[in-house]
Amino acid sequence: MIETFFVLVGIGVVLSFIRILLGPTSSDRVAALDTMNVMLIGTITVIALILKRGIYLDIALVYGLLSYLETVVISRYLEGRK
Amino acid sequence: MSVFIASLVLWLFLTGFSYQELVVGILVSIAVASVFRNYHRIKFDRKLLVRLFKFIVIYLPVFIVEMVKANIDVAARVLNPKLPLNPGFVKVKTDLESEVSRLFLANSITLTPGTLTLDGKDDHLYIHWIDVKTMDKKEEAISARFERILKGVFE
Amino acid sequence: MMWNEVLGGILMIIGGFFYFLGGLGMIRMPDVYNRLQAGTKATTLGTFSTVLGVGIYYPPFLIKALIIIAFVALTNPVGSSTLARASYFAGVKPAPITKVDEFEGGEEK
Repeated sequence: MIETFFVLVGIGVVLSFIRILLGPTSSDRVAALDTMNVMLIGTITVIALILKRGIYLDIALVYGLLSYLETVVISRYLEGRK
Repeated sequence: MSVFIASLVLWLFLTGFSYQELVVGILVSIAVASVFRNYHRIKFDRKLLVRLFKFIVIYLPVFIVEMVKANIDVAARVLNPKLPLNPGFVKVKTDLESEVSRLFLANSITLTPGTLTLDGKDDHLYIHWIDVKTMDKKEEAISARFERILKGVFE
Repeated sequence: MMWNEVLGGILMIIGGFFYFLGGLGMIRMPDVYNRLQAGTKATTLGTFSTVLGVGIYYPPFLIKALIIIAFVALTNPVGSSTLARASYFAGVKPAPITKVDEFEGGEEK
């Protein structure tokens, strides 16, 4: 049952990764990276469920915090560079 | 003081309720509150519980229903082989005053069918709309419902 | 199988399906703004569904799962709207099918 989840997420991550490789501008790459980060948050919580360890939920939370920070900082950088 | 209460509640939810966590949480919250003493954005008064209750009862169901609709819409667009798109940037006026309600309005617009907030300036919001139908009644189509609800909740 | 395991599993699979749609939207949409629309909406609902499914499957995780949901719901739209605004200012042209543009370059920095 959970294997189906991993198959779907795997296809999604591969598709966003293709967009990171192809992306015509850096904005496309950052958008795909942001999408991939949110997918990985969900995947980390499912791994926490499989291993039955609560600490992985904290890891997911910190990962989300860092990915949000990364998106905002890179956007600020792109905005400043005309 | 309000920062202290907010960080203590967050700490207890994150670590679980026990005696040792309570002591450590009080110490950490005192440290956080003394650093952020000058930020008085969060105010606790008697209306806060009423607001929280209204927020959960009125706002959240509408928001979740709209979000599921938005996702079905996006799914239909993505899975359609012809990719029906008609995008454009539009400008929408808003009446909301406080910053918190504007933040929630912008978030709701981003997560509802086919719209993405770009920028907010004075009392206008700039929105990327995936399917521009009319130019006359755009406020009615995009933001009117959430604006009414959020006005009832926050102001 | 308990009922909560079945419900949690179904929610997780729905979440995985929305993640897949997010990835597909990333590939198929024509420009960065439409990609952000598809990516943000699909992954936010996917995270809601998946993390709620984990919380229902194994109830000791439920409180922390709700915190993660609230956190993602607050930060993900803000991040993508910041990114859309930045790419507009950086001069990324919208796709040629874009009809209306009332933003008009925004304010000059």
